Parts: sequence; C-alpha cells; structure tokens
Amino acid sequence: MTPRGRRRAGMVRPYTPTGGRAAPTRRTLDLATLLIADPDKPLHGLDAHSRRLMQHCLPGVLSLAEVSADLQLPAAVTKVLVSSLVDSSHLVSRDPVPAAQQHDRQLLERIRDALINL
Amino acid sequence: MRSSTSEGNYLAPGVSHSVKIVVLGPFAVGKTTFVGAVSEIRPTSTEERMTKAGEIVDTLRGLSDKNTTTVALDFGRLTLTDDIVLYMFGGPGQPRFDYMIDELMQGALGGVVLVDTARITESWDAMGRMEEADLPYVVAVNTFAASPRYSESELRKALDLHPSTPLVECDVREKSSAKSPLIALVSHLLSRPSLEPAS
Ligand SMILES: Nc1nc2c(ncn2[C@@H]2O[C@H](COP(=O)(O)OP(=O)(O)OP(=O)(O)O)[C@@H](O)[C@H]2O)c(=O)[nH]1
Ligand SMILES: [Mg+2]
Repeated sequence: MTPRGRRRAGMVRPYTPTGGRAAPTRRTLDLATLLIADPDKPLHGLDAHSRRLMQHCLPGVLSLAEVSADLQLPAAVTKVLVSSLVDSSHLVSRDPVPAAQQHDRQLLERIRDALINL
Repeated sequence: MRSSTSEGNYLAPGVSHSVKIVVLGPFAVGKTTFVGAVSEIRPTSTEERMTKAGEIVDTLRGLSDKNTTTVALDFGRLTLTDDIVLYMFGGPGQPRFDYMIDELMQGALGGVVLVDTARITESWDAMGRMEEADLPYVVAVNTFAASPRYSESELRKALDLHPSTPLVECDVREKSSAKSPLIALVSHLLSRPSLEPAS
C-alpha cells in the first residue's frame, strides 16, 4: 500500500483539497485517449472546427493530446469537440488501458520487455 | 507558433491500446528533456486554459481572458509493440496547477518524479501528489554534473522514500539512460503484491 500524507523530515506537505471543484470535462476522455475516425461518416453539417478535426483524424490514429497540439486547440476545447463527435459516431475513442487491466501481468511484461529492448 | 499543423504523425496501423505515464518534478529539473529523450515524436505541448482558481475551463463556452491563464503540458509518445503505445506527460510543478495534475494522473499507469540533488526537497511536492493520488511511482535522480552526489541510502533518507519505491539515477538527455526509470516503474508495478496472476 502506498503511504498517504507522509511527513518528510518533520515538515508537513501542504495539502490542497480538490473536492467540490467543477469538472467540466468528461472523465472518459483522456489526453491519452486514442481517436479513430469513421471514413464513412459524412462531414457536411459539422461546424468548421469539428470538420477540421475529422479531416485530421481520417488518415490514421492519434491521441487526443496530439490532435489538440496539431490543431493548436486547447485540450479542454478538443475534448468538447471530440465528445460530440463520439456521440455522433464520427469518432471512436479508446481510453488508455484502465487501472484494472493494468493489473494484467502479461500486458505489463510486454511493456517492460519492449522498454528493455528499446 | 508552428505552421505545419496539418502534418499528422500517425500511429502505426494496429496500435489499439495506449498507456500513460506522468512525469512530475520541480521547475527546470528536466521533465521536458526527459519526455523528449524518450519520445519517438518531437515533444509537443497541448495547452490548457485555467482559471486563477486552478480549474480547467471550457473555452468554447466563452469566458473573459483576464481571469484565465494558459499552461502548456509537454507530451511525448513511444510505440512499444504492434498494439501498445505509451504516452508520457510532463506536468508543471507549481501548486496552482494541482487540478490539472490530478486529472492527468487519473488513468495513468504510474509516475516518474524527477529530482535534482542540489535541491532535493523541491521534489517532495511531486512525491506527495503521487501518493495522494495512490499512483505507483519511481524517483529518478537527474544527474546534473554540477549537483552534489549522494549514496543511495543518503538519498532515500533525504527524500523520506518508502522502502518499496524504486530510486534510479539517469541522465534525462540520453534515451538509453532515460528509459531506466520507465523500466523501473513497470518492474515495480509487476512486483506489487496486489498483482495477481490472471485466473
Ligand atoms: N547539464 C544538464 N542539464 C540538463 C539536464 N537535464 C536538463 N538539463 C537542462 O536543464 C534545463 C531545464 O530542463 P527542462 O527539461 O526544460 O526542465 P523542465 O523540468 O521541463 O522545466 P520546466 O518545465 O520549466 O519546469 C534545460 O536547459 C536542459 O537542457 C542534465 O541532465 N544535465
Ligand atoms: Mg518543461
């Protein structure tokens, strides 16, 4: 178990409560979420930002962070655009491997071996 | 401002899973250098607009700029296997960005806390953040030539490091060296007692 709120050499680390703050972003969209565009979905009817985002995603898979950086859109804005494109099935999103699956030994071993062989 | 924004550095076909590692540490400890050394793409940054209170705001909904500040979040990418890609995010150290770091740590595989031995205590905050988020992490000492050298036990004591938390040294400018905290982190995850064999 990870120790919480440990004191370091007698000093107390200042603690900032985070509860109660508004969180406008969807928890399901992460900066490391992979975005896959559906090439069969028509782009007409989309606003200019959403169309540009789709055009950027159509050639291949990118993370939300990369799309945000490539299009020079703030991450929060990118998340709003992406979530509505996911709702309309223009995009499929794949969240980073959730904590539960990270307990999968085989996956971790593959990651470790790939890093070692880098 | 970059001009070539239409160039996408697309992932190889078949990459279907991402994992995320968060790199924290005090000002100028080498977070951006670390991410850049390991990344297969030129390290980039994504921008978050935040209120003075530290909330990420949705700029599509309109707001007055004087109450907001912009912060860049560095990231890099490393394709590990035919199907797995690793994203590394280097977060700003200042406490006013706590909210953003909390969000960044959610869904992460683990964390790397960078330390400069000339100012060890400045990394306490980052270590505390990882512990509060219950995110497994490793501590990586970035070996600046001008900074003092200590033994592992001296460092562990000065950092008040939990005995099970790995401590590694690296030169964040070199890929071969900078990957060692990542290997230590994944080995650490594999060694945790909570990790049961799949049934
Ligand atoms: N000599 C030496 N210089 C380093 C090393 N690592 C980083 N630097 C330099 O230290 C400076 C800060 O490194 P960054 O990677 O920008 O640090 P950072 O943590 O991202 O800094 P902020 O984002 O501003 O907090 C840069 O000029 C780097 O070139 C190192 O291992 N040795
Ligand atoms: Mg930096």
